[in-house]
Amino acid sequence: MRFVDEFRDPAAARALLATIRRLADESGEHHKFMEVCGGHTHTIYRHGIEHLLPESVELVHGPGCPVCVIPMGRVDDAVWLAEQPDVVFTCFGDMMRVPGSRGSLLDAKARGADVRFVYSPLDALKIAVDNPAKQVVFFAIGFETTAPSTAVTLVRARELGVENFSVFCNHVTIVPPIKAILDSPDLRLSGFLGPGHVSTVVGTRPYQFVPKVYGKPLVVAGFEPLDILASVAMLLTQLREGRCEVENQYSRVVAEEGNPAALSLMGQVFALRPHFEWRGLGFISQSALRLHDDFAAFDAEARFDMPGVRVADPKACQCGEVLKGVLKPWECKVFGTACTPETPIGTCMVSPEGACAAYYNFGRMHRDAAQLVGQPAR
Amino acid sequence: MCLGIPGRIVEITDPANHLAKVDVSGVQRTISVRLLEKDMPEPDDWVLVHVGFAMAKIDEEEARLTLAAVAQLGSAYTDEIEAFDSSQII
Ligand code: SF4
Repeated sequence: MRFVDEFRDPAAARALLATIRRLADESGEHHKFMEVCGGHTHTIYRHGIEHLLPESVELVHGPGCPVCVIPMGRVDDAVWLAEQPDVVFTCFGDMMRVPGSRGSLLDAKARGADVRFVYSPLDALKIAVDNPAKQVVFFAIGFETTAPSTAVTLVRARELGVENFSVFCNHVTIVPPIKAILDSPDLRLSGFLGPGHVSTVVGTRPYQFVPKVYGKPLVVAGFEPLDILASVAMLLTQLREGRCEVENQYSRVVAEEGNPAALSLMGQVFALRPHFEWRGLGFISQSALRLHDDFAAFDAEARFDMPGVRVADPKACQCGEVLKGVLKPWECKVFGTACTPETPIGTCMVSPEGACAAYYNFGRMHRDAAQLVGQPAR
Repeated sequence: MCLGIPGRIVEITDPANHLAKVDVSGVQRTISVRLLEKDMPEPDDWVLVHVGFAMAKIDEEEARLTLAAVAQLGSAYTDEIEAFDSSQII
Protein backbone atom coordinates (compact mmCIF):
# COMPACT_ATOMS: atom_id res chain seq x y z
CA MET A 1 0.00 0.00 0.00
CA ARG A 2 3.02 2.26 -0.04
CA PHE A 3 1.96 4.08 -3.20
CA VAL A 4 -1.23 5.29 -1.60
CA ASP A 5 0.83 7.96 0.16
CA GLU A 6 1.09 9.92 -3.06
CA PHE A 7 -2.64 10.16 -3.45
CA ARG A 8 -4.38 13.32 -2.60
CA ASP A 9 -6.60 11.60 -0.05
CA PRO A 10 -5.17 8.31 1.20
CA ALA A 11 -8.31 7.48 3.20
CA ALA A 12 -10.50 7.84 0.13
CA ALA A 13 -8.05 5.76 -1.90
CA ARG A 14 -8.11 3.01 0.71
CA ALA A 15 -11.91 3.01 0.80
CA LEU A 16 -12.08 2.77 -3.00
CA LEU A 17 -9.54 -0.04 -3.06
CA ALA A 18 -11.55 -1.94 -0.45
CA THR A 19 -14.68 -1.54 -2.60
CA ILE A 20 -12.79 -2.69 -5.69
CA ARG A 21 -11.42 -5.71 -3.85
CA ARG A 22 -14.85 -6.69 -2.53
CA LEU A 23 -16.51 -6.35 -5.93
CA ALA A 24 -13.70 -8.28 -7.61
CA ASP A 25 -13.95 -11.10 -5.06
CA GLU A 26 -17.72 -11.29 -5.41
CA SER A 27 -17.46 -11.40 -9.17
CA GLY A 28 -14.88 -14.18 -9.16
CA GLU A 29 -14.04 -13.44 -12.79
CA HIS A 30 -10.97 -11.92 -14.38
CA HIS A 31 -11.70 -8.43 -15.70
CA LYS A 32 -9.72 -6.52 -18.29
CA PHE A 33 -10.59 -2.84 -18.53
CA MET A 34 -9.06 -0.74 -21.27
CA GLU A 35 -8.00 2.81 -20.50
CA VAL A 36 -8.40 4.43 -23.91
CA CYS A 37 -6.46 7.61 -23.17
CA GLY A 38 -2.70 7.99 -22.93
CA GLY A 39 -3.16 10.50 -20.10
CA HIS A 40 -4.68 7.71 -18.03
CA THR A 41 -1.83 5.36 -18.92
CA HIS A 42 0.60 7.99 -17.66
CA THR A 43 -1.25 8.37 -14.33
CA ILE A 44 -1.57 4.61 -13.89
CA TYR A 45 2.16 3.99 -14.29
CA ARG A 46 3.19 7.15 -12.50
CA HIS A 47 1.32 6.07 -9.37
CA GLY A 48 1.73 2.31 -9.66
CA ILE A 49 -2.04 1.91 -9.70
CA GLU A 50 -1.98 -1.44 -11.46
CA HIS A 51 -0.20 -2.92 -8.47
CA LEU A 52 -2.81 -1.69 -6.04
CA LEU A 53 -5.61 -3.47 -7.87
CA PRO A 54 -6.51 -7.07 -7.10
CA GLU A 55 -4.98 -9.61 -9.45
CA SER A 56 -8.32 -10.26 -11.10
CA VAL A 57 -8.62 -6.64 -12.26
CA GLU A 58 -6.27 -5.80 -15.10
CA LEU A 59 -5.85 -2.48 -16.88
CA VAL A 60 -4.82 -2.62 -20.53
CA HIS A 61 -3.74 0.34 -22.62
CA GLY A 62 -5.63 1.63 -25.57
CA PRO A 63 -5.00 3.65 -28.71
CA GLY A 64 -5.63 7.12 -27.24
CA CYS A 65 -2.15 8.64 -27.47
CA PRO A 66 -2.20 10.96 -30.50
CA VAL A 67 1.52 10.80 -31.18
CA CYS A 68 1.51 7.00 -30.98
CA VAL A 69 -1.07 6.37 -33.69
CA ILE A 70 0.62 8.36 -36.49
CA PRO A 71 1.90 5.88 -39.07
CA MET A 72 5.41 6.09 -40.44
CA GLY A 73 4.28 7.23 -43.90
CA ARG A 74 2.75 10.41 -42.46
CA VAL A 75 6.00 11.16 -40.60
CA ASP A 76 7.87 10.73 -43.89
CA ASP A 77 5.43 13.14 -45.54
CA ALA A 78 6.09 15.62 -42.74
CA VAL A 79 9.85 15.29 -43.23
CA TRP A 80 9.36 15.78 -46.99
CA LEU A 81 7.32 18.94 -46.37
CA ALA A 82 9.91 20.26 -43.93
CA GLU A 83 12.62 19.87 -46.57
CA GLN A 84 10.83 21.84 -49.29
CA PRO A 85 12.42 25.20 -50.15
CA ASP A 86 11.25 28.21 -48.13
CA VAL A 87 9.11 26.08 -45.81
CA VAL A 88 8.98 26.63 -42.07
CA PHE A 89 7.57 23.41 -40.65
CA THR A 90 5.92 23.68 -37.24
CA CYS A 91 4.77 20.93 -34.89
CA PHE A 92 4.19 20.03 -31.25
CA GLY A 93 7.41 19.11 -29.41
CA ASP A 94 6.54 15.41 -29.12
CA MET A 95 6.30 14.99 -32.88
CA MET A 96 9.90 16.13 -33.45
CA ARG A 97 11.37 12.84 -32.27
CA VAL A 98 9.02 10.36 -33.93
CA PRO A 99 11.15 8.26 -36.27
CA GLY A 100 10.30 8.13 -39.96
CA SER A 101 12.07 5.96 -42.50
CA ARG A 102 14.46 8.84 -43.27
CA GLY A 103 14.83 9.84 -39.65
CA SER A 104 12.75 12.19 -37.55
CA LEU A 105 11.88 15.87 -37.97
CA LEU A 106 14.72 16.56 -35.56
CA ASP A 107 17.07 14.82 -38.02
CA ALA A 108 15.62 16.91 -40.85
CA LYS A 109 16.33 20.00 -38.76
CA ALA A 110 19.92 18.84 -38.27
CA ARG A 111 20.16 18.47 -42.06
CA GLY A 112 19.18 22.15 -42.37
CA ALA A 113 15.38 22.15 -42.59
CA ASP A 114 13.58 24.93 -40.73
CA VAL A 115 11.58 22.85 -38.23
CA ARG A 116 10.21 24.66 -35.19
CA PHE A 117 8.29 23.33 -32.26
CA VAL A 118 5.23 25.34 -31.23
CA TYR A 119 3.05 25.22 -28.15
CA SER A 120 -0.11 26.08 -30.05
CA PRO A 121 -1.31 26.13 -33.68
CA LEU A 122 -1.88 29.86 -33.08
CA ASP A 123 1.88 30.19 -32.57
CA ALA A 124 2.37 28.62 -36.00
CA LEU A 125 -0.04 31.16 -37.48
CA LYS A 126 1.94 33.95 -35.79
CA ILE A 127 5.13 32.67 -37.43
CA ALA A 128 3.35 32.83 -40.81
CA VAL A 129 2.24 36.43 -40.19
CA ASP A 130 5.79 37.39 -39.19
CA ASN A 131 7.41 35.64 -42.18
CA PRO A 132 5.38 36.52 -45.27
CA ALA A 133 8.12 35.29 -47.60
CA LYS A 134 7.98 31.77 -46.13
CA GLN A 135 5.46 28.98 -46.43
CA VAL A 136 4.52 28.00 -42.86
CA VAL A 137 3.07 24.51 -42.44
CA PHE A 138 1.55 23.22 -39.18
CA PHE A 139 1.64 19.47 -38.51
CA ALA A 140 -1.80 19.00 -36.95
CA ILE A 141 -2.23 15.85 -34.89
CA GLY A 142 -4.56 14.79 -32.11
CA PHE A 143 -8.06 13.63 -31.31
CA GLU A 144 -11.11 15.82 -30.75
CA THR A 145 -9.28 17.40 -27.81
CA THR A 146 -6.92 19.20 -30.15
CA ALA A 147 -8.85 19.38 -33.44
CA PRO A 148 -11.00 22.37 -32.32
CA SER A 149 -7.80 24.36 -31.71
CA THR A 150 -6.72 23.73 -35.29
CA ALA A 151 -10.22 24.69 -36.43
CA VAL A 152 -10.12 28.05 -34.62
CA THR A 153 -6.63 28.69 -35.99
CA LEU A 154 -7.84 28.14 -39.56
CA VAL A 155 -10.88 30.37 -39.07
CA ARG A 156 -8.51 33.01 -37.71
CA ALA A 157 -6.11 32.54 -40.64
CA ARG A 158 -8.99 33.14 -43.03
CA GLU A 159 -10.16 36.22 -41.10
CA LEU A 160 -6.65 37.64 -41.25
CA GLY A 161 -6.19 36.63 -44.90
CA VAL A 162 -2.92 34.84 -44.20
CA GLU A 163 -1.92 33.23 -47.46
CA ASN A 164 1.36 31.60 -46.54
CA PHE A 165 -0.11 29.30 -43.87
CA SER A 166 -1.26 25.73 -44.34
CA VAL A 167 -2.08 22.70 -42.20
CA PHE A 168 -0.93 19.12 -42.72
CA CYS A 169 -4.01 17.59 -41.17
CA ASN A 170 -3.71 14.32 -39.27
CA HIS A 171 -6.54 14.72 -36.80
CA VAL A 172 -8.23 11.50 -35.80
CA THR A 173 -11.47 10.70 -34.03
CA ILE A 174 -11.89 8.62 -30.92
CA VAL A 175 -14.88 6.40 -31.68
CA PRO A 176 -13.61 4.36 -34.70
CA PRO A 177 -10.53 2.92 -32.97
CA ILE A 178 -12.65 1.90 -29.95
CA LYS A 179 -14.95 0.15 -32.39
CA ALA A 180 -11.99 -1.46 -34.18
CA ILE A 181 -10.74 -2.81 -30.87
CA LEU A 182 -14.17 -4.15 -29.95
CA ASP A 183 -14.37 -5.86 -33.36
CA SER A 184 -10.91 -7.38 -33.06
CA PRO A 185 -10.83 -10.98 -31.81
CA ASP A 186 -7.51 -10.46 -29.97
CA LEU A 187 -8.86 -9.07 -26.78
CA ARG A 188 -11.72 -9.81 -24.45
CA LEU A 189 -12.52 -6.69 -22.50
CA SER A 190 -15.00 -6.26 -19.65
CA GLY A 191 -15.30 -2.50 -20.08
CA PHE A 192 -13.62 0.82 -20.76
CA LEU A 193 -12.27 3.81 -18.91
CA GLY A 194 -13.40 6.50 -21.33
CA PRO A 195 -11.09 9.40 -22.21
CA GLY A 196 -11.44 12.56 -20.15
CA HIS A 197 -10.33 15.55 -22.19
CA VAL A 198 -11.62 14.28 -25.53
CA SER A 199 -14.98 14.06 -23.81
CA THR A 200 -14.92 17.74 -22.81
CA VAL A 201 -15.40 18.27 -26.56
CA VAL A 202 -17.49 15.30 -27.74
CA GLY A 203 -19.45 14.74 -24.52
CA THR A 204 -20.58 11.30 -23.40
CA ARG A 205 -23.16 10.45 -26.07
CA PRO A 206 -20.80 9.18 -28.82
CA TYR A 207 -19.89 6.25 -26.54
CA GLN A 208 -23.46 4.94 -26.28
CA PHE A 209 -22.73 2.27 -28.89
CA VAL A 210 -20.28 0.60 -26.50
CA PRO A 211 -23.03 -0.61 -24.13
CA LYS A 212 -25.81 -0.65 -26.73
CA VAL A 213 -24.07 -2.56 -29.53
CA TYR A 214 -21.25 -4.34 -27.73
CA GLY A 215 -22.74 -4.81 -24.28
CA LYS A 216 -19.76 -3.31 -22.40
CA PRO A 217 -19.85 -0.58 -19.77
CA LEU A 218 -17.83 2.60 -20.23
CA VAL A 219 -16.99 5.17 -17.55
CA VAL A 220 -15.57 8.55 -18.63
CA ALA A 221 -12.72 9.05 -16.15
CA GLY A 222 -10.66 11.94 -14.80
CA PHE A 223 -6.87 11.93 -14.64
CA GLU A 224 -6.04 11.77 -10.99
CA PRO A 225 -5.28 8.49 -9.24
CA LEU A 226 -8.52 8.70 -7.28
CA ASP A 227 -10.46 9.26 -10.52
CA ILE A 228 -9.02 6.06 -11.97
CA LEU A 229 -9.85 4.06 -8.84
CA ALA A 230 -13.36 5.52 -8.64
CA SER A 231 -13.95 4.69 -12.31
CA VAL A 232 -12.75 1.10 -11.88
CA ALA A 233 -15.13 0.78 -8.92
CA MET A 234 -17.97 2.18 -11.05
CA LEU A 235 -17.26 -0.34 -13.83
CA LEU A 236 -17.22 -3.24 -11.36
CA THR A 237 -20.44 -1.96 -9.76
CA GLN A 238 -22.19 -1.90 -13.12
CA LEU A 239 -21.07 -5.44 -13.86
CA ARG A 240 -22.13 -6.54 -10.38
CA GLU A 241 -25.59 -4.98 -10.77
CA GLY A 242 -26.00 -6.33 -14.27
CA ARG A 243 -26.10 -2.79 -15.68
CA CYS A 244 -24.30 -1.72 -18.81
CA GLU A 245 -24.17 2.02 -19.40
CA VAL A 246 -22.07 5.05 -20.18
CA GLU A 247 -21.35 6.79 -16.89
CA ASN A 248 -19.48 10.03 -16.29
CA GLN A 249 -17.09 9.98 -13.38
CA TYR A 250 -15.48 13.24 -14.60
CA SER A 251 -18.67 15.31 -14.57
CA ARG A 252 -16.88 18.14 -12.80
CA VAL A 253 -15.20 18.89 -16.14
CA VAL A 254 -17.08 16.89 -18.79
CA ALA A 255 -20.61 17.96 -19.74
CA GLU A 256 -22.86 15.32 -21.23
CA GLU A 257 -23.31 17.33 -24.42
CA GLY A 258 -19.61 18.19 -24.66
CA ASN A 259 -18.62 21.58 -26.03
CA PRO A 260 -21.15 22.59 -28.74
CA ALA A 261 -19.09 25.61 -29.86
CA ALA A 262 -16.06 23.37 -30.46
CA LEU A 263 -18.13 20.75 -32.26
CA SER A 264 -19.72 23.29 -34.58
CA LEU A 265 -16.33 24.85 -35.41
CA MET A 266 -14.98 21.40 -36.22
CA GLY A 267 -18.00 20.81 -38.45
CA GLN A 268 -17.22 23.98 -40.41
CA VAL A 269 -13.53 23.35 -40.87
CA PHE A 270 -13.17 19.57 -41.23
CA ALA A 271 -14.70 16.75 -43.22
CA LEU A 272 -14.36 13.02 -42.57
CA ARG A 273 -11.79 11.12 -44.62
CA PRO A 274 -13.12 7.89 -46.09
CA HIS A 275 -10.28 6.01 -44.42
CA PHE A 276 -7.01 6.70 -42.64
CA GLU A 277 -4.06 4.58 -41.65
CA TRP A 278 -3.31 4.14 -37.94
CA ARG A 279 -0.01 2.91 -36.66
CA GLY A 280 -0.29 -0.80 -35.98
CA LEU A 281 -4.06 -0.81 -36.47
CA GLY A 282 -4.10 -0.50 -40.26
CA PHE A 283 -6.71 1.46 -42.19
CA ILE A 284 -9.84 2.40 -40.27
CA SER A 285 -12.72 3.88 -42.23
CA GLN A 286 -14.10 7.32 -41.36
CA SER A 287 -11.59 7.64 -38.54
CA ALA A 288 -9.82 10.87 -39.43
CA LEU A 289 -10.39 14.44 -40.55
CA ARG A 290 -9.26 16.39 -43.57
CA LEU A 291 -9.85 20.07 -44.25
CA HIS A 292 -13.29 20.89 -45.58
CA ASP A 293 -13.36 22.08 -49.19
CA ASP A 294 -14.11 25.62 -47.94
CA PHE A 295 -10.67 25.59 -46.35
CA ALA A 296 -8.86 23.85 -49.22
CA ALA A 297 -6.64 26.91 -49.67
CA PHE A 298 -5.06 26.09 -46.30
CA ASP A 299 -4.61 22.38 -46.96
CA ALA A 300 -0.92 21.43 -47.18
CA GLU A 301 -1.87 18.21 -48.96
CA ALA A 302 -3.39 20.32 -51.77
CA ARG A 303 -0.79 23.08 -51.75
CA PHE A 304 2.25 20.79 -52.00
CA ASP A 305 2.72 17.91 -54.36
CA MET A 306 3.31 15.45 -51.55
CA PRO A 307 4.60 11.97 -52.30
CA GLY A 308 2.16 10.42 -49.80
CA VAL A 309 3.84 7.03 -49.89
CA ARG A 310 2.71 4.29 -47.57
CA VAL A 311 5.56 2.88 -45.53
CA ALA A 312 5.37 -0.28 -43.45
CA ASP A 313 6.08 0.18 -39.75
CA PRO A 314 9.54 -1.03 -38.68
CA LYS A 315 9.67 -4.81 -38.28
CA ALA A 316 10.96 -4.79 -34.74
CA CYS A 317 8.19 -2.48 -33.64
CA GLN A 318 5.23 -3.98 -31.84
CA CYS A 319 3.44 -0.70 -31.18
CA GLY A 320 0.31 -2.05 -32.86
CA GLU A 321 -0.01 -4.78 -30.26
CA VAL A 322 0.70 -2.28 -27.48
CA LEU A 323 -1.91 0.15 -28.85
CA LYS A 324 -4.50 -2.61 -28.95
CA GLY A 325 -3.67 -3.65 -25.39
CA VAL A 326 -2.61 -7.11 -26.56
CA LEU A 327 1.00 -6.69 -25.43
CA LYS A 328 2.32 -4.96 -22.34
CA PRO A 329 5.18 -2.56 -23.17
CA TRP A 330 7.84 -4.74 -21.55
CA GLU A 331 6.76 -7.69 -23.65
CA CYS A 332 7.97 -5.99 -26.85
CA LYS A 333 11.27 -7.56 -27.89
CA VAL A 334 13.11 -4.26 -28.24
CA PHE A 335 11.65 -2.53 -25.16
CA GLY A 336 14.31 -0.84 -23.07
CA THR A 337 17.15 -2.27 -25.18
CA ALA A 338 17.05 -1.02 -28.76
CA CYS A 339 13.99 1.12 -28.06
CA THR A 340 14.30 3.77 -25.33
CA PRO A 341 12.99 7.34 -25.00
CA GLU A 342 16.41 8.57 -26.23
CA THR A 343 16.44 6.28 -29.27
CA PRO A 344 12.81 5.38 -29.94
CA ILE A 345 11.99 2.80 -32.60
CA GLY A 346 8.24 3.02 -32.21
CA THR A 347 5.93 5.91 -31.44
CA CYS A 348 4.79 4.60 -28.05
CA MET A 349 8.26 5.38 -26.66
CA VAL A 350 8.21 9.03 -27.75
CA SER A 351 5.32 10.82 -26.11
CA PRO A 352 5.03 10.83 -22.30
CA GLU A 353 1.50 9.56 -22.89
CA GLY A 354 2.76 6.56 -24.83
CA ALA A 355 2.48 3.32 -22.88
CA CYS A 356 6.11 2.36 -23.52
CA ALA A 357 7.53 5.73 -22.44
CA ALA A 358 5.28 5.86 -19.36
CA TYR A 359 6.26 2.34 -18.40
CA TYR A 360 9.95 3.02 -19.13
CA ASN A 361 9.93 6.11 -16.93
CA PHE A 362 7.85 4.90 -14.01
CA GLY A 363 6.53 1.40 -14.42
CA ARG A 364 9.64 -0.63 -13.88
CA MET A 365 10.29 1.07 -10.57
CA HIS A 366 6.82 0.19 -9.32
CA ARG A 367 6.99 -3.30 -10.75
CA ASP A 368 10.26 -3.99 -8.96
CA ALA A 369 8.85 -2.51 -5.78
CA ALA A 370 5.71 -4.60 -6.10
CA GLN A 371 7.80 -7.73 -6.49
CA LEU A 372 9.81 -6.75 -3.43
CA VAL A 373 6.69 -6.46 -1.31
CA GLY A 374 5.53 -9.79 -2.63
CA GLN A 375 2.82 -8.75 -5.04
CA PRO A 376 2.86 -10.57 -8.34
CA ALA A 377 3.96 -8.44 -11.24
CA ARG A 378 1.51 -8.23 -14.06
CA MET B 1 0.68 17.25 -25.34
CA CYS B 2 -2.71 16.01 -24.19
CA LEU B 3 -2.24 17.52 -20.80
CA GLY B 4 -4.83 20.07 -19.79
CA ILE B 5 -3.44 22.45 -17.21
CA PRO B 6 -5.64 24.71 -15.10
CA GLY B 7 -5.07 28.42 -15.55
CA ARG B 8 -6.68 31.52 -14.06
CA ILE B 9 -8.02 34.18 -16.41
CA VAL B 10 -6.23 37.47 -15.67
CA GLU B 11 -7.87 39.68 -18.27
CA ILE B 12 -9.89 39.42 -21.45
CA THR B 13 -7.41 41.35 -23.56
CA ASP B 14 -9.19 41.31 -26.93
CA PRO B 15 -12.89 40.43 -26.66
CA ALA B 16 -13.51 40.76 -30.42
CA ASN B 17 -10.89 38.12 -31.16
CA HIS B 18 -11.58 36.06 -28.03
CA LEU B 19 -8.10 36.49 -26.61
CA ALA B 20 -7.36 36.43 -22.89
CA LYS B 21 -4.34 36.63 -20.66
CA VAL B 22 -4.15 33.58 -18.41
CA ASP B 23 -1.92 32.66 -15.50
CA VAL B 24 -0.69 29.06 -15.48
CA SER B 25 1.50 28.27 -12.47
CA GLY B 26 2.78 31.86 -12.37
CA VAL B 27 3.47 32.11 -16.11
CA GLN B 28 1.22 34.59 -17.93
CA ARG B 29 0.50 34.15 -21.63
CA THR B 30 -2.24 34.92 -24.12
CA ILE B 31 -4.67 32.14 -25.00
CA SER B 32 -7.82 31.87 -27.09
CA VAL B 33 -11.16 31.56 -25.30
CA ARG B 34 -13.10 31.15 -28.53
CA LEU B 35 -14.09 27.57 -27.71
CA LEU B 36 -15.97 28.98 -24.71
CA GLU B 37 -17.66 31.78 -26.64
CA LYS B 38 -21.10 30.57 -25.56
CA ASP B 39 -20.12 30.79 -21.91
CA MET B 40 -17.30 33.31 -21.81
CA PRO B 41 -15.02 33.16 -18.78
CA GLU B 42 -14.33 36.31 -16.77
CA PRO B 43 -11.25 37.49 -14.89
CA ASP B 44 -10.48 35.16 -11.95
CA ASP B 45 -12.35 32.25 -13.54
CA TRP B 46 -10.39 29.02 -13.85
CA VAL B 47 -10.17 27.20 -17.17
CA LEU B 48 -8.49 24.06 -18.45
CA VAL B 49 -5.78 25.15 -20.92
CA HIS B 50 -4.71 22.90 -23.80
CA VAL B 51 -2.39 23.98 -26.67
CA GLY B 52 -3.23 27.66 -26.18
CA PHE B 53 -6.99 27.26 -25.84
CA ALA B 54 -9.38 27.29 -22.90
CA MET B 55 -11.21 23.97 -23.18
CA ALA B 56 -13.61 24.08 -20.24
CA LYS B 57 -14.38 26.18 -17.21
CA ILE B 58 -13.55 24.51 -13.92
CA ASP B 59 -14.17 25.54 -10.33
CA GLU B 60 -11.40 26.83 -8.16
CA GLU B 61 -11.09 23.80 -5.90
CA GLU B 62 -10.95 21.45 -8.87
CA ALA B 63 -8.32 23.70 -10.44
CA ARG B 64 -6.09 23.67 -7.37
CA LEU B 65 -6.38 19.93 -6.88
CA THR B 66 -5.72 19.26 -10.56
CA LEU B 67 -2.69 21.56 -10.53
CA ALA B 68 -1.29 19.71 -7.53
CA ALA B 69 -1.87 16.37 -9.27
CA VAL B 70 -0.42 17.55 -12.57
CA ALA B 71 2.63 18.98 -10.83
CA GLN B 72 3.36 15.47 -9.52
CA LEU B 73 3.76 14.24 -13.08
CA GLY B 74 7.26 15.71 -13.00
CA SER B 75 8.84 16.28 -16.40
CA ALA B 76 5.52 16.02 -18.28
CA TYR B 77 4.43 19.04 -16.22
CA THR B 78 7.61 21.09 -16.47
CA ASP B 79 7.79 20.43 -20.22
CA GLU B 80 4.22 21.65 -20.61
CA ILE B 81 4.89 24.84 -18.62
CA GLU B 82 8.07 25.42 -20.60
CA ALA B 83 6.15 25.03 -23.87
CA PHE B 84 3.44 27.36 -22.59
CA ASP B 85 6.12 29.85 -21.63
CA SER B 86 7.43 29.78 -25.23
CA SER B 87 4.04 30.72 -26.65
CA GLN B 88 3.96 33.93 -28.70
CA ILE B 89 0.24 34.29 -29.36
CA ILE B 90 -0.80 37.91 -29.31
S1 SF4 C 1 9.16 -0.81 -27.07
FE1 SF4 C 1 9.37 0.57 -28.82
S2 SF4 C 1 9.05 -0.67 -30.63
FE2 SF4 C 1 8.29 -1.86 -28.88
S3 SF4 C 1 6.10 -1.37 -28.79
FE3 SF4 C 1 7.14 0.10 -27.47
S4 SF4 C 1 7.57 1.90 -28.76
FE4 SF4 C 1 7.04 0.17 -30.13
